[in-house]
Amino acid sequence: MAIRARLKDLAAMEDKFVSGHGLCPGCGIPLMLRMVLRATEHPLIAVNATGCLEVCSSGFPYTAWKVPWMHNAFENAGATAAGVEAAYKALKRRGKLPGGDKKIKIVAFGGDGGTYDIGLQSLSGAMERGHDIVYICYDNQSYANTGGQRSGATPFGASATTSPAGSKIPGKLQWRKNLTEIMAAHGIYAAQASVSHWKDLFQKAQKAIEIDGPAFINVLIPCPTEWKTKIEDGVQLAKIAVESKVWPLYEVENGKYKINYYPKKEVDVTEWLKPQGRFSHMFKPGNEWMIEEYRKKVLEEWDRLVRLTKV
Amino acid sequence: MATKRVLNGNAAIAEAIRQINPDVVAAYPITPSTAIVEYIAKFVSDGLMTTEFVTPESEHSAMSMCVGASAAGARVFTATASQGLALMFEILYIASSLRLPIVAGIANRALSAPINIHGDHSDVMGVRDSGWIQIHSENSQEAYDNVIQAFRIGEHKDVSTPVLVTMDGFILSHAIQDMFVEEDEKVKAFVGEREPLYTLLDVENPITIGPIDFTDYYFEHKRSQFVGIENAPKVILEVAEEFKKEFGREYGFFELYKMDDAEVAIVVLGSTAGTAKVVVDELRSKGKKVGLMKLRVYRPFPAKEVADVLSNLKAVAVLDRAASPGGVGGPLFTDVRASLYEYTNKPILVDYIYGLGGRDIAPHHIAEVYDRLEKIAATGERGELLSYINLRE
Ligand SMILES: Cc1ncc(C[n+]2csc(CCOP(=O)(O)OP(=O)(O)O)c2C)c(N)n1
Ligand code: SF4
Ligand SMILES: [Mg+2]
Repeated sequence: MAIRARLKDLAAMEDKFVSGHGLCPGCGIPLMLRMVLRATEHPLIAVNATGCLEVCSSGFPYTAWKVPWMHNAFENAGATAAGVEAAYKALKRRGKLPGGDKKIKIVAFGGDGGTYDIGLQSLSGAMERGHDIVYICYDNQSYANTGGQRSGATPFGASATTSPAGSKIPGKLQWRKNLTEIMAAHGIYAAQASVSHWKDLFQKAQKAIEIDGPAFINVLIPCPTEWKTKIEDGVQLAKIAVESKVWPLYEVENGKYKINYYPKKEVDVTEWLKPQGRFSHMFKPGNEWMIEEYRKKVLEEWDRLVRLTKV
Repeated sequence: MATKRVLNGNAAIAEAIRQINPDVVAAYPITPSTAIVEYIAKFVSDGLMTTEFVTPESEHSAMSMCVGASAAGARVFTATASQGLALMFEILYIASSLRLPIVAGIANRALSAPINIHGDHSDVMGVRDSGWIQIHSENSQEAYDNVIQAFRIGEHKDVSTPVLVTMDGFILSHAIQDMFVEEDEKVKAFVGEREPLYTLLDVENPITIGPIDFTDYYFEHKRSQFVGIENAPKVILEVAEEFKKEFGREYGFFELYKMDDAEVAIVVLGSTAGTAKVVVDELRSKGKKVGLMKLRVYRPFPAKEVADVLSNLKAVAVLDRAASPGGVGGPLFTDVRASLYEYTNKPILVDYIYGLGGRDIAPHHIAEVYDRLEKIAATGERGELLSYINLRE
């Protein structure tokens, strides 16, 4: 029986990722985990790429994980999860599972660096081979753990330590990679979610875990530390990202695109950009073009997405 | 009854894997080890194996999968060579540091650049400090026998460390030789089942594998990781003893060939030992007191056992099929030399680098080395520490 997406029920469930971890105050990662780890009744094994989540949740001799958890390296969460899945399949078939036969689900977590960039090949291979795994990218748009370098997910304009806004170059000049579509192109269930929309995230996690085969979810994770925002603003900013169409909530299932949430009123991208220190230079005189470019691209991308839902 | 077969090294290793039927095989093709993976794929496709056979998109992912699968309690095998082993480098350390048994079959091959597909030991020597047990083979029979023993050694609870079994690319991987293949049931019984101490799949008893250590624990953990490979020598000999009882062939850390009264000797790894034995026989027939040490276990390095044998000789040449640019001779040489340091009686040592990129080494080359050793023994004059065999300079 599927777990109902009711806060009351979810709140009554046991936390499998517990306090004592060292993630920053206001970090969006635990919010995402709270939903994902509740999304199945089956036992779940977590695989984690190197990054904030891994470093902050496993400092020996402590662990924040109450599910079996494994960290291998930075760029191989996809392959590692696939290896665990291959072992599970083999041992299940041979009647050698510890404690007898049971259904176990394997979920990999990687940051945007570990997923969009260095781990893309490993993830793509795992998805192409059809392993029964879920891969969740917690996208904080930055190599946060190593101090905020740019990644392929860092938005246009953002100042990062390896794309600093200087007097000649105003931050990152490239648009972010569209990873969700890259994953959808593997012919798998691929979705985009945000911690601000817990129910949508929960239901997507439920669906992804339930699917007998590979699935991918890209979750926007507010990172007050690298976005240079107030600690308490995180969830609100994630919500504005959705409302301003910067981060549309959608899913691709059996090749069909579906937008899960259509913003009800116009919210301009400046509401997303303004509160974040990493975009502050875009509001300086002479840089107006950056905001215009940003707005134009966001709306173009949204229109394209809407068109895709009609194919 | 064992059956006599004519197999090349790749087929011999694949045959062992068919019999062992591991839980998971994850491997990527690269010359000269490709055929191991192809044979296994065919065995699985024909229903001769029930292994979960996966074909990752790279060797990095192949080794990453092996690590995940081994942490989940599976018996795991992979095969690779050269650039593939180099691409695995990062994860080889993780495999051994997490004390995860995995067996890797290597058809060793030169490293780029220039790109070259032929056999030498640069790839396996490049990973000698990765914490993997490293076993060399002289022929198809040994490659087969070593793979069978490797599972027992690596999965032994006191060892719990990955094992690499290597044979020389092309020279062994592609050359057919007479050998014995043991009965399936006997091999299965010999290898037994893996019994992991902890596994990710034990969901009732969740464990955290691969956490971060800070300065307060890393060093202690590192030290404790070395215990596995330190325990390996005893287990290697026990497994060899049992293997001999079961299948009749004898193994140890090394094979000594006509060493009893030898005054000079060559130390070598792999297929070149076969060539050297022919030369030893020929020189022996002329009354020369020459011998050969063919090292089988390169890691853990059997330093005391090697030195005990060599210390009473007059002159010894180490033949290295890999270089250590800027170092003090090839990797095998530095290990042999270091092993002898404590001994008062010790031979004069010289090093030869040979066979890089598959360059031939012929009996007459080896005869020249023995010739020089005899001169060194007679005069006490060493000459050059490092020389090259069959190289145009
Ligand atoms: C092969 C390799 N290259 C570089 C690093 C250094 N490194 C560790 S975490 C990290 C960034 C992680 O970024 P992301 O995946 O976005 O996760 P986050 O830190 O944001 O949670 C980097 C560059 C590494 N551990 N391994
Ligand atoms: S740096 Fe960002 S992602 Fe990392 S723990 Fe802090 S808030 Fe979370
Ligand atoms: Mg990140």
